[in-house]
Amino acid sequence: MGTYILKRILAIIPIFLLVTLLTFGMINLSPVDPAEAYLVASHIQPTDELLAQKRQEFGLDQPLLTQYVNTIVSISQFDFGKSYITNKPVWEEVSSRMPATIQLTFGSLLIAIVVSIPLGFLAGIKKNSAIDHFSRILSFIGASIPSFWLGYLFIFFFSVKLDLFPVEGIGTWKHLVLPSLTLALPLIALYTRLLRASVLENLQEPYILFARTRGIQEKAIMGKHVLKIAISPMITGLGMNLGKLMTGTIIVEAVFSWPGFGRYFIEAIFNRDVPVIQCYVLLAAAIFIFSNLIIDLLQMYIDPRISRKGRQHQ
Amino acid sequence: MIAKIRSILKSEKVIVLCSVILCVLLFIAIFAPWLVPNDPTFVNLAVKLQSPSLDYPLGTDHLGRCTFSRILYGARISLGFAILIFISSLSIGLIVGIIAGYRGGWVDQLLMRFGDGVMAFPNLLLVLGLVGIWGAGLKQVILALIFVQWVYYARVIRGMVLSLKEQNYITAARISGSSQWTIMKKHVIPNVLPPLAVMGTLEMGWAIMDLSSMSFLGLGVQPPTPEWGAMIHEGKSYIRTNPELMLYPGLMIMLVVITFNLLGEALSERFGIKRR
Repeated sequence: MGTYILKRILAIIPIFLLVTLLTFGMINLSPVDPAEAYLVASHIQPTDELLAQKRQEFGLDQPLLTQYVNTIVSISQFDFGKSYITNKPVWEEVSSRMPATIQLTFGSLLIAIVVSIPLGFLAGIKKNSAIDHFSRILSFIGASIPSFWLGYLFIFFFSVKLDLFPVEGIGTWKHLVLPSLTLALPLIALYTRLLRASVLENLQEPYILFARTRGIQEKAIMGKHVLKIAISPMITGLGMNLGKLMTGTIIVEAVFSWPGFGRYFIEAIFNRDVPVIQCYVLLAAAIFIFSNLIIDLLQMYIDPRISRKGRQHQ
Repeated sequence: MIAKIRSILKSEKVIVLCSVILCVLLFIAIFAPWLVPNDPTFVNLAVKLQSPSLDYPLGTDHLGRCTFSRILYGARISLGFAILIFISSLSIGLIVGIIAGYRGGWVDQLLMRFGDGVMAFPNLLLVLGLVGIWGAGLKQVILALIFVQWVYYARVIRGMVLSLKEQNYITAARISGSSQWTIMKKHVIPNVLPPLAVMGTLEMGWAIMDLSSMSFLGLGVQPPTPEWGAMIHEGKSYIRTNPELMLYPGLMIMLVVITFNLLGEALSERFGIKRR
């Protein structure tokens, strides 16, 4: 078990190196010259002389391999360069905006879990009941509604018409409700469907029949056997969705003027702030890779069959 | 004949209904220039933010442009680009999938591992990353969307090539002297078409959703082009006084995406295909 975990953690290094290589390659292949982008961003008329000077300063005149190694070395020290716009270190800017985004992410995850576990579970054990139909309609709408539009619908009904929550900004828990809800609905749709399907599948298992013939109370069967195992695919879904959640925060932050990481990234795209874009892409990849790892390990803990399978493969 | 049509209508209600809605939308998309009452980009500040009238069936926006005409034109933009993305990703997927399936070996391994890498990341995250690197703009967004979508087609087509290569009935047909064309028509196309149709419909829904999200963020279709996502972006400032400006385009996006999703799900159930 220990070696398995260690192997999984070590496997991250080559994956992450590949990601950095791809990002580096893409930025180099992109038609935008960082030196020119910098000068345009700081409202300086680019001349050949200035461009050459900036290229030297950014190390763009060195061979590609040296540039790549330099990038890796500085990234491993959390040095992502300076923003072209503010001239402050990118990491400082990003980490100061992180808490807002994390707050939003956890808010929506909390809502999604609190709503979808009971809903998916009930829909599964009471197939074709009213609650099952409700959960199916909700799943369908949640998967098809554009989240930016949903955000404005919430603003329209709950802020403009009913005046319950503030329209935008950050501060009290009231500010958090509408953005989290907007971000949570697609997740609720997905998790409810996943849990329902897996509850239905589990009810067919022989050990449930065995538990019933032994005369174990229905409540205990549902809690100990069905729900505990059925939750496993939901955790996989959670891991796979952290990336989706990240793109979700970009859109929701734009709708609610939430001062987070996603909005900063969109601004950076408009300003062609290359270091910020690079930092975002790498960070998104890192979050995605790490969350998948954590979810895998968590699942192994809940369902020990997985680690045995994993060991057989090695 | 009529009895047959009636029985199809009865058993495939969802498929028929969705197809009808999509045909109507496609009709609107193709004939939008002749259907609209007003020029969708004509600015006339004298009639800004008007309520519905005979001249402007859904009223006007903050620049006095006819909302109804803009909604109809939006179908042209959304469906048009979705079809463009679909055809391009399908073509790339066909080429890569057939090469990988027929050649096998390291070519197959290389192409499919690359595909796995692309699929590992959520679509919109990759699109945003690519657009971030390539710069904002419609061309980049379309390219990025094609880049993330062809992989799915390539995988399915490769799988089909592999399984068709081994099928006894195709060997049998060849031995019994059927021409290449007959084999294609009778055995290959009927097997290949349903999974592609299912995937195509679902991917079209995603393409429309992703494109409108990007336009909403201001990275894709730029104003004054009447795209639904961009219209929501423009209409949001008038949410207090004229909420309908952002309501209508959102409803249209939802209608199209729901229709594509329902159709895709109904088709996959009808042909017994497992999705992704």
